[in-house]
Amino acid sequence: MTFNPKHILGIKELTAEELIFILDTAESFKEINSREIKKVPTLRGKTIINLFFEASTRTRTSFEIAGKRLSADTVNIAAAASSVVKGETLEDTAKNIAAMHPDIIVMRHGASGACNYLAERLNCSVVNAGDGTHEHPSQALLDAFTIRQHKGRIDGLTVAIVGDITHSRVVRSNIYCLVKLGAKVRIAGPRTMLPPGLELLGCELCSNIEDAVRDADCVMMLRIQRERQGATLIPSVREYARFFGLNEERLKLAKPDAIVLHPGPMNRGVEISSAVADGPQNVILDQVENGVAVRMALLYLVAGGEKLQAD
Amino acid sequence: MAAEKIEILDTEGINRALTRIAHEILEKNKGVEDLVLVGIRTGGDYLAAQLQQKISEIEGQIVPLGTIDITMYRDDLGSRNDLAVGQTDIRFPVTDRCVVLIDDVLFTGRTIRAALDAVIDLGRPRNIQLAILIDRGHRELPIRPDYIGRNLPTSRNEQIEVEFDPQHHAQAVSLIRT
Repeated sequence: MTFNPKHILGIKELTAEELIFILDTAESFKEINSREIKKVPTLRGKTIINLFFEASTRTRTSFEIAGKRLSADTVNIAAAASSVVKGETLEDTAKNIAAMHPDIIVMRHGASGACNYLAERLNCSVVNAGDGTHEHPSQALLDAFTIRQHKGRIDGLTVAIVGDITHSRVVRSNIYCLVKLGAKVRIAGPRTMLPPGLELLGCELCSNIEDAVRDADCVMMLRIQRERQGATLIPSVREYARFFGLNEERLKLAKPDAIVLHPGPMNRGVEISSAVADGPQNVILDQVENGVAVRMALLYLVAGGEKLQAD
Repeated sequence: MAAEKIEILDTEGINRALTRIAHEILEKNKGVEDLVLVGIRTGGDYLAAQLQQKISEIEGQIVPLGTIDITMYRDDLGSRNDLAVGQTDIRFPVTDRCVVLIDDVLFTGRTIRAALDAVIDLGRPRNIQLAILIDRGHRELPIRPDYIGRNLPTSRNEQIEVEFDPQHHAQAVSLIRT
């Protein structure tokens, strides 16, 4: 198939066939990460700017390493150290950066739709590294990649996602991705953290964690997003942990070979107990490892093809 | 105008060419010590497996076999629309080995240039040799094969097609004129 995207803004716009193509491409790039010399010349001469308006360790480092292993020149801009603190608008910041002719801008921003806004206004490719509560496509893809690695397939699996659903861009991208790839997705969280109409995306809503986790093949835990007012929607963190935290007891309800995923950062003792987070069923560090391969695939796909020649 | 297809080699002819190449590889390398075979996807990897079989029939030893995908090393990223990347699968160190690269058709030499870079990124071989089933000419780079199944002068608008059966054995080589 021919899949030659200019931008990667969300999972919603992609077809199942395209998602599988991205995962297969990532599979080929994964091998590079275990070599002694972890570098291929694929994106030599391309400039990638990582523009991060929100805190990030994993995603930013992962995109940076992905770009470097493909031989691109990667530049990181953290908003706290940029002109944004001097009052510059997003559009002005982006236009100034675009004037230096990068090939790809990887952006994380607190406003939903910020990446789409840039993609409409700039000539270079834009890759969404998380925008507000909208989407986080590379995270959903690395989750799907990790599930496929451990389960051999995605089609027909039951995946439970538990946590602060309203404020999670990870969950939205994951629902789009997993439903398109044929998984059954169950969602659970406190009522105050479940947005109305979520079932319209093709997932099943559960009122408690037990119903969601029962006989699941994969359990994905999300943290409470304290920076997005998540904390005011529950009486206390302790109560949240008691009713919605994943401990060994609850994990036993899932299939015996179920895997536990977490996009990070984890709040141990809140949404996940240490025994589960470090237990034999966790694949959390596989997710991080696979993230580099998935991001290499995304950068390669937006950089390749004829579209960059046209600019 | 309908395409004209002329068969250049049949299964027997391919078999004889591969048998001869297997003998030549053994002769030049004085046996199988430190010898490894690396086939270039797709086509070269199938031929490499056939050569591995022939070498084991002659010498009674199975030489290591790997496959390499050169997409990440190509020089035409911006002008290609098929972006599929295959997997490289080389499970042995190449450092200090004699690597025989294998491809089905040698044309401009750009694929081989990419394959040389890809192999060298994995280690420092003692030497790299090149085995080709069909050399059709039109080199754009200074690349020369060590083992050739058949030299076949072509014009640029002709195509060479190598067909494989479902077991990945080369069945026929044809010249296609359009």
